[in-house]
Amino acid sequence: MRDGAAFSDPARERFMFARRLLFTAVITVLLTALLIARYFDLQISRYEDFATQSNNNRVLVRPVAPSRGLIYDRNSKLIADNRPSYNLTIVPERSSDVDKLLADLGEVISISERDIQRFRKRLKQRRPFEKTNLRFNLSEEERATLAVNGHRLVGAETSARLKRFYPDGELFSHVVGYVGRINERETQTIEAVKYRGTDSIGKIGLEKFYEQKLLGDVGSEQVETNALGRVTRVLDKTGAVSGDNLTLYLDSQIQQVGHEAFKDKRGALVAIEIETGGVLAMISAPSYDPNLFVSGISQKNYDSLLYSPDRPLFDRAVRGQYPPGSTIKPLFGLTALQHNIVTPSYKIKDNGYFYFKGIERPWRDHNFARGGHGDGVDMAKAIIESCNIYFYGLGVKTGIDLLSDYGTQFGLGATTGIDLPGERPGIMPSRAWKKGARGQSWFNGDTINTSIGQGFMLATPLQLAVMSARIASRGEVLTPQLVKAINGQEQSLLKTQSDINISKKHWDYMHRAMQDVVHSNRGTARSISKGLTYRIAGKTGTAQAISIDAEDKYDSSKIAERQWDHALFIAFAPADDPKIAIGLIVENGEHGGSAAAPIARAVIDAYMQSTSSTTEINR
Amino acid sequence: MYRNDFVRQLNSPGGDRRPSRIMHIDIPLLLILIALCGIGLAVLYSASAESIFYVKRQATFMLIGLFAMIGIAQFQPRLWERWSIFIYICGLLSLVAVLFFGVGAKGAQRWLDLGVTRFQPSELMKIAVPMTLASYLGKRHLPPRFKHVSIGVIATLIPVLLVARQPDLGTSLIIFSSGFFALFLAGLGKRYLLSTALLAMAAVPTMWFYVMYDYQKQRVLTLLSPEQDKLGAGWNIMQSTTAIGSGGLSGKGWTQGTQSQLNFLPESHTDFIIAVLAEEFGLIGVLGMLALYLLLIGRCMIIALNAQSMFGRIMAGTISLTFFVYIFVNMGMVSGILPVVGAPLPFISYGGTAIVTLFLGFGILMAISTEPKRI
Repeated sequence: MRDGAAFSDPARERFMFARRLLFTAVITVLLTALLIARYFDLQISRYEDFATQSNNNRVLVRPVAPSRGLIYDRNSKLIADNRPSYNLTIVPERSSDVDKLLADLGEVISISERDIQRFRKRLKQRRPFEKTNLRFNLSEEERATLAVNGHRLVGAETSARLKRFYPDGELFSHVVGYVGRINERETQTIEAVKYRGTDSIGKIGLEKFYEQKLLGDVGSEQVETNALGRVTRVLDKTGAVSGDNLTLYLDSQIQQVGHEAFKDKRGALVAIEIETGGVLAMISAPSYDPNLFVSGISQKNYDSLLYSPDRPLFDRAVRGQYPPGSTIKPLFGLTALQHNIVTPSYKIKDNGYFYFKGIERPWRDHNFARGGHGDGVDMAKAIIESCNIYFYGLGVKTGIDLLSDYGTQFGLGATTGIDLPGERPGIMPSRAWKKGARGQSWFNGDTINTSIGQGFMLATPLQLAVMSARIASRGEVLTPQLVKAINGQEQSLLKTQSDINISKKHWDYMHRAMQDVVHSNRGTARSISKGLTYRIAGKTGTAQAISIDAEDKYDSSKIAERQWDHALFIAFAPADDPKIAIGLIVENGEHGGSAAAPIARAVIDAYMQSTSSTTEINR
Repeated sequence: MYRNDFVRQLNSPGGDRRPSRIMHIDIPLLLILIALCGIGLAVLYSASAESIFYVKRQATFMLIGLFAMIGIAQFQPRLWERWSIFIYICGLLSLVAVLFFGVGAKGAQRWLDLGVTRFQPSELMKIAVPMTLASYLGKRHLPPRFKHVSIGVIATLIPVLLVARQPDLGTSLIIFSSGFFALFLAGLGKRYLLSTALLAMAAVPTMWFYVMYDYQKQRVLTLLSPEQDKLGAGWNIMQSTTAIGSGGLSGKGWTQGTQSQLNFLPESHTDFIIAVLAEEFGLIGVLGMLALYLLLIGRCMIIALNAQSMFGRIMAGTISLTFFVYIFVNMGMVSGILPVVGAPLPFISYGGTAIVTLFLGFGILMAISTEPKRI
């Protein structure tokens, strides 16, 4: 009004102002319409998308790991348990800087370079927002340290889960096996859905064979989480179903006795309950602690097991293949008797050598130096004193076709069908086998070698036990089994072939001869008869670990211990009503009677004791 | 038009004798403000994870603001017209002081520590700039000449640049728009408007390369493609649009918004509070609130039209338009159509100083509204 007041025109100014204000009002309304359009677009047009996104944001489906089925021995003693273990896990989405987090964690607890490498590998396989393991088996102290420093370790947390635990350590490792972390190769083959929330899988032994039973069904949990990944509430839950519990035929006490008997020895033993075919004890020595493998064995520990000359990781009981040696004699004797090739009264003179027409070089007996077993060697004597010369002749007379046929019926040359992975079939040689495997015809010399369980012939300790059980049961054919019951439900006995047809008188004859192996003063296993309150029937065996020329005498002092003969023994007891049958081998034990038979005695003693105490309880 | 105060006072009692007039209260304005405050407290309760503490504090500030507003309304608009230049100079001096003695958080210096309380000079400038410009231009022959426009522009740009350096892009934008609105409502010529538009276009690259901080540039880039940086700057926008979108038509219900209750939504009780409202009350809630805002702005524009002086008109018009800028910038940024700048949603977002400043502005509007008619 001062400046240019003379030209002031209030009405015109007011009009101008009103026009401008109206203009801005229109702009305001237009911009508001723009906002509304945007909110309409988000809230109506794209509502479904955002509603889904919002749910994905907050709702997380978490797998609930089932607890793995437990494994009990026949007396309900727990031999594979689950125990809580604490892992350090990371959800990278929750952490602003994973590298820094790893560095921070490394300052608080020990994290090796290898842990980090494995963690990064696992990161690639996981789903978003899934916890990824960094360290396993946190100690109480480490957990406390992590809890105290939790505020500056956002993205890391300790999570509890059940971990397999084998309370008896190395006692059952070869039978039960162990679980270990799922490796990359297994990731390709397993049904991924079943293993959500589980990071271990049965690697060997029963744990592998019964993986599908033991695993259980994974459950799920819909949880609501906040932006920090903390679970605020559980929306929905489908419980996990625990894996099936296994009850074994195994008896811990018998296993323990056998395990101790093998102390410092290498070898294997299988004891079978004749009535059921159930495995009472199964030992492969030396053994190892399966707990080492559960959450990843250190390279150092693994190497020492892997490269040990004693090969502790090797399951000799079902994978070790040895020449059965003289333990095969009762089987072949029965074959010859049944087919009237020899009679019990048939006798030979044994002066330590066996010549076969057309072959210059003789086969010898183990005691050829002392001039053989002498006059009047009948089958009983040939079993009791383990006369090779008798069986050379018997073998040739019987012929490989019959020997092979009966050998197969007694369980040789094929896997027994036991509920364990990786069982080896051994070899029961035949014409067809030699043609197929070697591309050669069968010679009589091959039959002679086979007739004393040498040559091409190979059997696992399990097969020896099965053979022993079939002799003991007079030809009843049962498939050996480890699992007696699943979730308390008894499994039916397995029979894959018809019983072996041999006359009762032949069984009686052979059982008597085998009793005399232990109980007569000429028997090769007489050393174990002392103090026996029951009768054991058995047969010793010796198997060459290396081949020795016929002219040379086997002299243990001249060859390294690891090339000494293997000592074998098959047995069953009580002889008049057999309950338990055993097959065993002591590597480089030299003599079945001295090295192997005492172990069988100890195991059978333990069995007899356990059954008598059970009967007492029953009374 | 010229009357001295004495004459005006003599005339006054003879006019409107309604209590609201005597108390200098604009009833429609007051009712809308109270309604907004009520909604604000309800949403804040939910957004702050049902924290009574936040709600109590906010309510206290709202009461202080209400009384301050009524107090301010008792003064004649002419008084503000006269004293505006002093307020402006005080504000400018304290802005300079902030540069040297300011305290702050998150890398920004915005406050002056007065011992008893902290004071944010930039908030004061939100009122001081339009008031000074309205006062200056109101006394001039309109539309303003080049000289007056220049003085107006300079008076606006000095605080704008000072605030932008704090850095507080949101507030500096508000101050800039208030200055612009004042000039525009005063009848800024079309030539100026055109050159302003050209200047703005030229300013974009200049701002980008010389003025803006990296984090500010990042926000602009984030706006263009929030998916690029899901866990960094893009997180906020993705979470807020998800919150809004998942609200749908009618929302998830009060305190039932999962995005906000489970902390997915950042700054849910301050700048991003509209996302909570949109998630829990849906599009209906958003439209309802926009309607209230438009009512408020409409009432303010009517007050501006009926104002007794050009100062009152420009002041009331500027306040109502600036108020809309708050709403537009905030709702645009949270819904992802504008870059993220620190801009609270008036009366809903948590923040004491902003609430009191808003009420002060409306207090002046009430004073303008209830100014007795001049004869």
